[in-house]
Amino acid sequence: MEDFIVAAVKTVIAFALLFTVVLLLVWIERRIVAFMQNRLGPTRAGPLGILQTLADGMKLLFKESMTPDRVEVWLYLAAPIMALVPAVLIFLVVPIGAPITIGGTEYTLQVTDLNVGVLYVLAMSSMAVYAIALAGWSSGSKYPLLGSVRSAAQMISYEAAMGLALVPVIMFNGTTSLAGIVEAQGATYFGFLPAWNIVLLPSFVVFVIAMFAETNRAPFDLVEAEQEIVGGFHTEYSGFRFALFFLAEYINLFNMSALTVVFFLGGWQGPVFGPTVLQWILPVIYFFAKTFAIVFLFIWVRGTLPRMRYDQLMGFGWKRLIPVSLAWIILAMIAVGIRRFGLPWA
Amino acid sequence: MTEVVLFVIFAAVALTGAVVMVTAKNPVYSAMGLLTTMFTMALFYILLDAHFLAVVQILVYAGAVMTLFLFVIMMIGVDKKEDTAETIPFQRGLTVVVGAGLAAVVIMAGRQAWVTGSTAFGAPDLNGTIETVSDALFGTWTVAFLSTVFLLTIAAVGTVALAMFGTPQLRDTKSEEAP
Repeated sequence: MEDFIVAAVKTVIAFALLFTVVLLLVWIERRIVAFMQNRLGPTRAGPLGILQTLADGMKLLFKESMTPDRVEVWLYLAAPIMALVPAVLIFLVVPIGAPITIGGTEYTLQVTDLNVGVLYVLAMSSMAVYAIALAGWSSGSKYPLLGSVRSAAQMISYEAAMGLALVPVIMFNGTTSLAGIVEAQGATYFGFLPAWNIVLLPSFVVFVIAMFAETNRAPFDLVEAEQEIVGGFHTEYSGFRFALFFLAEYINLFNMSALTVVFFLGGWQGPVFGPTVLQWILPVIYFFAKTFAIVFLFIWVRGTLPRMRYDQLMGFGWKRLIPVSLAWIILAMIAVGIRRFGLPWA
Repeated sequence: MTEVVLFVIFAAVALTGAVVMVTAKNPVYSAMGLLTTMFTMALFYILLDAHFLAVVQILVYAGAVMTLFLFVIMMIGVDKKEDTAETIPFQRGLTVVVGAGLAAVVIMAGRQAWVTGSTAFGAPDLNGTIETVSDALFGTWTVAFLSTVFLLTIAAVGTVALAMFGTPQLRDTKSEEAP
């Protein structure tokens, strides 16, 4: 029974945290992109405009949700939900802090630690493509359909690269549990350099690039390229249904940043000192600081790079990223083998 | 008890998905029905403590295979009306007979130890499903595993060969059309 209560509390906290973070995220992105483009962005609602997202959300909630005539109703209604659910589910396995001990019981700061966490994350992010494909198809209109066909091709291609980029991480840390991967990065080299997986640099680079494509963000935002296909898959959506897509997109952005931190930047690892309470809080702060650094990278790239052409996108994915990750897997395999079994001639 | 309740719920969902897949007029809805069934299968694996198998089920079948199905269905005219006329007169009667036969075989086979597996090994190690699977794949069944790998590689190479060196006329017209 106690397990159920703990799980329920954790789920509620995770949910609240995720949505608060997303509200902040949208505001942060709008402000930073505005600064990069030499303007101010939203400043009116609340201090520094921090409540702008909340206001927009309320507006979308009260707006009429139009259902165009030619839609396939069931799938049209299901698609926004199918977008949101996998996005939220991914966050459940992300460890956001060091385990804390209260009254002799150890609580992990993640909803659940799956022993197949890495694969679970990949599986859930592969489910995201359904929402976009179905939304585009069920809208019964040509621009959404074009957008969804693009997204299906793009996400399948880059998912492969993303999965391959994670293979060296799994081999290096010897576990597929996300908590285990973070634990494994707790050691240090020479006593002071943190042993983060960033040493697997090619993996990190491939993962980050694939991450941009998986979240359909610039420079891979062909799925919703405004200048070419109006809004892509969400052209026919309005009101709260559109808000769900929007939420899912930003939750995915946060998830992917958090996963980069977990896989390559040591998760919540960092120097911990002081009283017990500080030792609980510091890892959480480290985790969020690192995650928001990656989020900033996302926004920075969006403000800097132009959109790729479709053939460039496909060529880059299949002819560059995947061969590079395959070659790197073989190298990493040899390195891990030597580390574990010694040199072949020794 | 929890397990039984969950099983009944998931089984109902899985069967609904299967029925939708067969009866839906629109192939996209059929694909969605199949997706539901495959997803529920993954939940069954979780109930059986086979977490690795569950995730692989979602990753491979729900994630990759069904996406490809959907992609193909969406690309080649779904708006076209399907020809639903039945050409074999005794089709429906035959379906009932074959279905009943299959059900009988499944129920009978379900009582045999060579289907349900031996319980001599005890409960599976919860944290070792990946280790267990890889031990079987790369230890006990290496030859079978590698033969499958070869078969799949040959199939992939064959597909590429057919696409590239197939009908020469097609290739010629393509190169002429190219600007």
